[in-house]
Amino acid sequence: MTDFDAIIIGAGHNGLVCASYLAKAGKKVLVLESRAVPGGCAATHEFAPGFNVSSCAQWLYQLSPKVVSDLKLPQHGLVYAAEGLATIALDDTGDHLHLQGDSASGGGVSIEDQKAYALFRKKMRKYAKLMKTAYDTRPPKLVEHDLHDKMTFAKLGLGMKLLGKDDMSDLMRLILINIFDVMKETFQSPKLQAALALDAVIGTPMGPRSPNTVFTYLHRFMGEVLGFEGATQVKGGMGTLGVALSNAATDLGAVVRYDTSVASIDKTHDRVTGVTLTSGEQLTAKLIVSSADPKTTFKSLLGYQHMETGLARRIEQIRFKSGTVKVHLALSGLPTFTGLDPSALGQRLVIAPSLNALESAFNPLKYDESSERPVMDISIPTIHDPSLAPNGQHVLSAIVQYAPLNPKGGWEALRAPFMTAVIAELTRYAPDIASLITAQELLTPADLADTFGMTGGNWHHGELTMDQVLMTRPATGISQYQTGIDGLYLCGAGSHPGGGLMGLAGKNSAQEIIRQGELA
Amino acid sequence: MNLPSRATMLLETPFHSRVAERCEINDWGNWMGYTTPNAFFDVELEYFSIRSTTGVFDLSPMNKYRIQGPDAEAYLNRMATRNISKIGINRVGYTVWCNDAGMVMDDGTIFRLGESDYRLCSYQRAIDWLLWCAMGFDVTITDETEDLAALAVQGPTSCTSLTEMGLTDLNTLKPFGMRTYDFEGEKLMVSRTGFTGDLGYEVWVSPEKAETLWDQLFDAGKEYLIKPFGSYALDIARIETGFIQAGVDFVPAEEMVRPGRARSPFELGLSWLVDLEKPLFNGRTALLKEKANGSRYRFAILNVDGNKPAEHSFIMKGDRQIGTVTSAAWCPTAKSNIAFAQLEMPEGAIGSEYVAEIYYQRELHWTRLLAPCKVIDGPIFNPKRRRKTPAIPH
Repeated sequence: MTDFDAIIIGAGHNGLVCASYLAKAGKKVLVLESRAVPGGCAATHEFAPGFNVSSCAQWLYQLSPKVVSDLKLPQHGLVYAAEGLATIALDDTGDHLHLQGDSASGGGVSIEDQKAYALFRKKMRKYAKLMKTAYDTRPPKLVEHDLHDKMTFAKLGLGMKLLGKDDMSDLMRLILINIFDVMKETFQSPKLQAALALDAVIGTPMGPRSPNTVFTYLHRFMGEVLGFEGATQVKGGMGTLGVALSNAATDLGAVVRYDTSVASIDKTHDRVTGVTLTSGEQLTAKLIVSSADPKTTFKSLLGYQHMETGLARRIEQIRFKSGTVKVHLALSGLPTFTGLDPSALGQRLVIAPSLNALESAFNPLKYDESSERPVMDISIPTIHDPSLAPNGQHVLSAIVQYAPLNPKGGWEALRAPFMTAVIAELTRYAPDIASLITAQELLTPADLADTFGMTGGNWHHGELTMDQVLMTRPATGISQYQTGIDGLYLCGAGSHPGGGLMGLAGKNSAQEIIRQGELA
Repeated sequence: MNLPSRATMLLETPFHSRVAERCEINDWGNWMGYTTPNAFFDVELEYFSIRSTTGVFDLSPMNKYRIQGPDAEAYLNRMATRNISKIGINRVGYTVWCNDAGMVMDDGTIFRLGESDYRLCSYQRAIDWLLWCAMGFDVTITDETEDLAALAVQGPTSCTSLTEMGLTDLNTLKPFGMRTYDFEGEKLMVSRTGFTGDLGYEVWVSPEKAETLWDQLFDAGKEYLIKPFGSYALDIARIETGFIQAGVDFVPAEEMVRPGRARSPFELGLSWLVDLEKPLFNGRTALLKEKANGSRYRFAILNVDGNKPAEHSFIMKGDRQIGTVTSAAWCPTAKSNIAFAQLEMPEGAIGSEYVAEIYYQRELHWTRLLAPCKVIDGPIFNPKRRRKTPAIPH
């Protein structure tokens, strides 16, 4: 007799989604979380007295609407502070580019580009819709066709067919090239090109000329077919989502234990039997479902010595690089961005002047160095949600690229100069910003890795590249949330379809566990 | 036309000066990147030195890896199919190792030098795999291939030759045992192991002492008709005694390109090396499945009619091809025409009779020979002297 049907490692969003679905199916579920709060990357913290900010993810743009309704997240406290936000690509002379839905305006965008933009999005929507077929379920295996996999292939095949000949062959061409070339052949405006390319590279260790960046663009674009028209801001910061998920899981009967670190996953012969906590306490379950990234799960928790070498080697070879940093500024007042109406400050602001500027920012990352002129995705959440900062004061949160996990000379040497570079870049667009900063925080890839337990600081729990998606995510042979080790499943972003606060990995994994009859 | 695929300069072993001196017919081959004699003077006479007197083979190109550290035993138990814990100190064990698919990568011998100190001798280069296997274990892996010179000293008078050289009481060493002697101010290790199926030893010294070892051994063995032998003679001896060879009788699993070409230990007749009771080793899950569902192939030793070696032959059952031959030789001592074959299951039961379709060429004329053959139980050559302790004096 085991203590639980399933023990979920990690109360990140995927862990909680998986726990909720399993609990909903009547299973006895325990979630173990090393931090004091739920949500993992969906978290809010106070970085300076009275100033709160979304710790990692700052925008919601692809959370599965099915997960939201199945788990009744609004009833459990998920409230949006703002929805359908525009993206504004900042210009240092004040000629900013506004992107809202299918329309592009300002920033010197031509009529042709405006038309091309609408057409481009139409095409991307078609492709993303096709990808959604694969995202909504376990990835199909290529060899051992069972009925479920055949259905997925049939849907994908039909979807490809329905794209029409031109769009289908174009997808095959685009998916293997890079966002730089796609932008160059589609648009003329450097600002439009760069603003879209930023979406392709954000959260990745890639530049616009890197292969795989069309796939990552489509991955992010998935939100558009999931019902998000632009970025959404969660009230109270992203932690509200974490709390709502935790409430949903608890309401469905799952137990969530915080400040509880798993030291190891226990295994006898071929089967995983439970976990040992850092306190020494041992818990048993029919299944262990890990939402930790694959390397943490297999290397740190299970131990490579407890599995066959080929599996250990495939896990070790998963690429986990990141070039992403989080910057939080406490501001005594609202900064003035040249040429930008203060009413627009609540939108999603991006700094990515041109494709070459993006590529130049990326170049140093290849040599474990940081960008001289970083690019960024900025949120001033206090516009729509003043509760995050003391009265009249503001928070600026930015996802900044590029800086390495382990810079030459270490982060202690780079921390101050990199922050200076970020503020210098912001100052080009908001000249008064430096004078308003009362507190600041920089979360390096190493900090993100430590805080959120993400190997390499990669928020996808493994780079999203063509060799690490679908049936090869996280690695060949362990693609359908199963691990080849009886009793151990995966449900985190390291599994199909990847990260980005979608909740699909957690949902698909739970459905797969139920389908396999593992807990019947 | 077959062009040589690699133009790498071959290395010389520490015995090269002596081997070259003896290699009368100057017939050299490439063994794992080293230049080694195919034959010294006459393949058959070399072979008979193994079976009748003392034959000496330069074993130095064998890959040697030292595995040390607190987890050495656990490491080897995870890597290899057999239970390493059963190998005592100063003992040697033969084993194979598999990949996750349960397919054989290579075979080799494990020498237990101390409590947590082992040496693995493999036919293939293995450092890459050994290092991958080391993840998660507290072990150090050292490639000692170039730090050790070795001679195989095989045959009925081998013990006497070595004793004459100064390895006192060597006759008390049991099969798969090993022992250390002082030699020229250094240590010499001798193990009662070999690849010939005869009474025989392998002698391990530092490369600096290699030539001295050769000279002293040949001096001591002169009375006992000691002779060097090359790869061709070794091949006959190992076929006669039922030893398979990586790259010949199976494709090393991680070098395989075409799906399905690798073989499991069960399919190579090596199930006695697989300890499924061990909680974990590479290939275990797949091998358990194979055991439950059945293997695809069976390894068979065939006694083929006539004296034409059935090299590269098809094995036919009526009109149906049921297998192929991987190694074949006319075996002089057993006076049998032996072939190793891979037969499709369920073929290959002891006593089954088939036909070997042998093709051979004489003066540009190809001839097809249909030779009846029969699956035999175990190697045809397996003398008592191979195991007898104390070793029978000659």
